[in-house]
Amino acid sequence: MAQMTLEELRDTLVACAGEGDAVDLSGDILDVPFEELGYDSLALMESAARIERAYGISLPEEATSEADTPRALLDLVNGITASAV
Amino acid sequence: MSSPTTPGTTRSVPDPGTAAGTSAAPAARSGRTVVTGIGVVAPCGLGAEAYWKALLAGESGITGLSRFDTSGYPATLAGEIRDFDAREHLPSRLLPQTDVSTRYAVVAADWALADAGVAQEAGETGEAGLADYDMGVVTSTAQGGFDFTHREFRKLWDEGPEYVSVYESFAWFYAVNTGQISIRNKMRGPSAALVGEQAGGLDAVGHARRTVRRGTPLVVSGGVDSAFDPWGYSAQLAGGRVTTATDPARAYLPFDRAASGHVPGEGGAILVVEDADSARERGAGTVYGEIAGYAATFDPPPGSERPPGLRRAAELALADAGLEPADIGIVYADAAAVPELDRAEAEALRGLFGAYGVPVTAPKTLTGRMYAGGGPADLAAALFTLRDGVAPATAHTTDVPDDYGLDLVLGEPRAVRGRAALVLARGRHGFNSAIVVTAP
Repeated sequence: MAQMTLEELRDTLVACAGEGDAVDLSGDILDVPFEELGYDSLALMESAARIERAYGISLPEEATSEADTPRALLDLVNGITASAV
Repeated sequence: MSSPTTPGTTRSVPDPGTAAGTSAAPAARSGRTVVTGIGVVAPCGLGAEAYWKALLAGESGITGLSRFDTSGYPATLAGEIRDFDAREHLPSRLLPQTDVSTRYAVVAADWALADAGVAQEAGETGEAGLADYDMGVVTSTAQGGFDFTHREFRKLWDEGPEYVSVYESFAWFYAVNTGQISIRNKMRGPSAALVGEQAGGLDAVGHARRTVRRGTPLVVSGGVDSAFDPWGYSAQLAGGRVTTATDPARAYLPFDRAASGHVPGEGGAILVVEDADSARERGAGTVYGEIAGYAATFDPPPGSERPPGLRRAAELALADAGLEPADIGIVYADAAAVPELDRAEAEALRGLFGAYGVPVTAPKTLTGRMYAGGGPADLAAALFTLRDGVAPATAHTTDVPDDYGLDLVLGEPRAVRGRAALVLARGRHGFNSAIVVTAP
């Protein structure tokens, strides 16, 4: 199954929760905590629901809330999509 | 949710001892509560001065509702805001989580705070010199986030629960405007949301004054409403008080023999309400006037022989202000445009002021009834009347029964003397609220 890219995650975050004026999402944000990017727990819940629908997967609630950076969330998503092949 | 208070509790005494604020919070001294900033979002004008100019010019915001196809609906008119692009005013972060009504509230608050010279995100080092716990928020909405919720319900039924936005959890909610204004401007002082149908906006301002008197120097207060999605509009029609007239100039005709109900509007006003001494100390630029008196009453149950509570609310607000009826230069009426309610309001005013005893107006005929937003928008207009010495006309109404005994401002604006104005609002199922404002 398709792997989710950082670009796709970025688009999902912006579509679900907008973007802050003070944050440059186009930079290297892989290891920047979501909190610093301006995304709170609700923004991540909203984004997770969108990712689940787009990739036809189910993201475990606890692991999702523990994924506090884009890299961690992408690893979680892509680990699940890879094992679903 | 909070019901209007009984008269006995409306006259709160200054009580600095209960202040939960920080050491920087100056305790209320004079007990005077003034308005230092005004933000209006209304169908006839965006911004307080634009709204006021439109009222004086008689520019109407009532048109055929354009948000959806109203053919097949018994009513088709609305006081609709058409030139508001939320993206111009708000960060993209707020858009996915806010109903249109909340966008109006947050932007009106931004404008009111800018008008008051309080920097957005003032915090502890802001221009206002007020700490976050020195500033509270008290707002009212009668309808909540209808449009947002309608979209999410559609997703629920058409696509399934996993498609419903997590933001639905608060976007619909009566307290969300208070919350979003609080978060955006870092205001952590005592805050509340009041729901009192169409009287709730005045109750919010009354509670803001109470909050100031308890020791919070600055409170952002007022009300907004919007429900022009098909579900929200239908819900308003179901209430039975919306006119089915189709000519925008002959539809909402309060106190007219041809009154047939109101046209719903959207929008409202947010005010910056401050302790007078604190406002002077921080160097507030403009003091529009004082919230001198407030009262709320509740009607007796249907079938009771006791009279409706509107007159008592007005009397109590006057007493609270320490004024006599003769001190009032203008009354902003509730103006239901339902014949028996118009008659009841005329009777209340006649009883209090005498026949033709005071000029009365209802410029909400240019905006439609903005529900919880209507009272605060009228308050803004009343403060401008005291500033400029002129009252806008009651648009469209022409034929007022003589036995109403009403000196209604008709046709053109009228010069008004007097240093005090009375603003009235009624809500369905018995809410009555009154505020007296006085010139600075």
